[in-house]
Amino acid sequence: MNNSLLIVILASAIFYGTPLLFAALGGVFTERSGVLNLGVEGMMLIGGVSGAWASQHVGGSAWFTVFASILIAMFAGGLTALLHAFLCVTLKANQTVAGLSITIFAGALGLSSYFANVWKVAAHPVTRPIRKLDVFGLADTPVLGPLLFNHTILTYVSWVLVAVSSFYLFRTKTGLQLRAVGESPQTADAMGISVVKYRYFHTILGGMLAGIGGAFYSLAIVSTWVDGLTKGAGWIAIALVIFGFWRPDLTLVGAYLFGALQSLGTTLKARSFHISGDLLDALPFIMTIVVLVLVSSRFAHKRLGAPAALGVPYEREER
Amino acid sequence: MTKKWLPAIAVLALGASLVACGSDSASDDAAATEDTMATEDTMAPTDDTTAAPAADGTSWESNFTPWTADAAPVKCGPKEGEPLKAAWVYVGPINDGGWTQAHDASRLAVQEKFGDKIVTTYKENVPEGDQTAQVIDDLIADGNTLIFGTSFGFQDAFAAAAEKNPDICFEFATGYKSAPNLSQFYGSAEDTDYLTGMAAGYASKTGKLGILAAFPIPEVIRGVNAWTLGARAANPKAEVKLVWTNNWFDPALERKTAEALIAGGADVIGVKSQDSPASGDAAKAAGVPWAGYDSDQSANYPDVWLTATTYHWDVYEIPRIQSIFDGTWVAGNYYGDIEDTFVRLAPYGKLVSEEAKAAIEAKKAEFIKAPGSMFTGPLNDNTGKEVIPAGKSATYGELMSQNFLVEGVDGEIPAS
Repeated sequence: MNNSLLIVILASAIFYGTPLLFAALGGVFTERSGVLNLGVEGMMLIGGVSGAWASQHVGGSAWFTVFASILIAMFAGGLTALLHAFLCVTLKANQTVAGLSITIFAGALGLSSYFANVWKVAAHPVTRPIRKLDVFGLADTPVLGPLLFNHTILTYVSWVLVAVSSFYLFRTKTGLQLRAVGESPQTADAMGISVVKYRYFHTILGGMLAGIGGAFYSLAIVSTWVDGLTKGAGWIAIALVIFGFWRPDLTLVGAYLFGALQSLGTTLKARSFHISGDLLDALPFIMTIVVLVLVSSRFAHKRLGAPAALGVPYEREER
Repeated sequence: MTKKWLPAIAVLALGASLVACGSDSASDDAAATEDTMATEDTMAPTDDTTAAPAADGTSWESNFTPWTADAAPVKCGPKEGEPLKAAWVYVGPINDGGWTQAHDASRLAVQEKFGDKIVTTYKENVPEGDQTAQVIDDLIADGNTLIFGTSFGFQDAFAAAAEKNPDICFEFATGYKSAPNLSQFYGSAEDTDYLTGMAAGYASKTGKLGILAAFPIPEVIRGVNAWTLGARAANPKAEVKLVWTNNWFDPALERKTAEALIAGGADVIGVKSQDSPASGDAAKAAGVPWAGYDSDQSANYPDVWLTATTYHWDVYEIPRIQSIFDGTWVAGNYYGDIEDTFVRLAPYGKLVSEEAKAAIEAKKAEFIKAPGSMFTGPLNDNTGKEVIPAGKSATYGELMSQNFLVEGVDGEIPAS
């Protein structure tokens, strides 16, 4: 029963959707503050390599190691995002260019691989990977087991995070002010809200969450570091922010949909379905392109709830 | 004004601390080298008996045939007093935990062997396609006179470059094209793939095995077939579900594919030509025996490890470079085997039973005498058609162009 096609696909949708969800939630915060972050892929890789390093070097109990590696991955992702915030908010650089340069600078052929070599991360696998849990011993329960009770700790954290983020964005004063900064920084500024502070904080927060997403790749999916491990997941996450209309709950749905698409091809191939595997493997990326094209139209920006000031550097005296 | 510069200073400070961090941990590493190095050594595919000629067998030379008998040597050696400049072109990163890592271990062995007589460089993550030619041109412009290619998809670019640069020596792994200055080198991985398949066959309880493989080209097809024949030698009823990933190196995809195979009912997982050990993570999570490929992962996946084919490229590369120094380098074809230690079987894991070990060792002795002999008739493909009649064996040429899946493989070669 639990090996039936539907259950297997749903369970792996959640597993492979989890890193996308973290990175995309980070993107929601960053973009809500009006900063476009195309550096997600680079931040994920930095987080991934730091998390793997920490897992190899932090002693103590297994749980402590896992906790510390996630924390360090967050920190590393956050640091990378700080650079982005500095470029975009303080230097008022073109956000598209800044984000792309972060991904190139930190990405598969850049800093993350450099760290991997210097720290010898790839030399041996992480000793304490993040494993799937058997919650309340219910992992083998038909249907519900694989869907609810057999995930990694990060998946459960991400569920809580979605709820907390929704509450924060739409039910708290700070959330409201954040949205104001993203919609109309001039107005927010006039109200006495510090645009710079909000943008810095939420860009860094976004980088931290991207770092966790990266660590999920290096600690939960593959336990040995390889350069360029995330293989474009950061780009999917950027598309997911838009796909989820900048809302945490819809982002979760999108992340699992893309997670399912990512594993659909292999699952069907392993069961001798005769369809083009290449097409299935390309689906997440085709979907990404379609989503990006659709929502980059003027109509979408007006109707789908994109923060009006997204991608525009804020200059106090400018109109 | 001062306020505006605060973030700048903060970032600079951060940058500085990052750099400090980097060097700190580097020295930390140096301090902690003892234990890390130990683990690393077990990972490095060519740590043991590097380039040592086979203890009692033939040397590599008996497996090398020049393209033409009376070819004049190509003089690609360095000028008097200068080092030889040699370059390796890789399809993946040097730390992929498999294929490229094994090639780079050989490069390091070469560097160690020849010391300051040679300068080695490498280019990693080189795409298969137009850019390959550009990379080769750059390497030649940099003064390299010996260039190694290590992925099938580089072949056309290497053949073109060989024609354009008759004074440069080209060594190509896993291809078939020839030129007066272009050699081919590879080896009888089908032997060790067969033995690995035997270990898998013995480890399977249900007789349903799964294998993920890179691309449907003869080199890979041959390996999948040999693996399957080995599994069926252990268990005549074994069925091997085959999934093509259409990727040499994609760790997450490799893990996903292995997971899908396990969910689909496979109780042992094998790999052919996938360059990362990520499928082992899926096996580990599911507690399913795992036969790896191209690197000894026994230390990293002890609970599920069976064994694997490993390549030792330096067995060939070191004497070939020596022949450049000697001025005797001619192009030809090298096909190594178990006997000259080019291909080896990685150490057994604890899941390999004594019975299995004895059977595998017996078969290994046969392959030392007759490499590739598993492709001997009568042999049917998986549609029931006889592909090798009784009493016949596949010739070297037939092996190199193998384009069928043997009986027992549940899968197909996509029409192309």
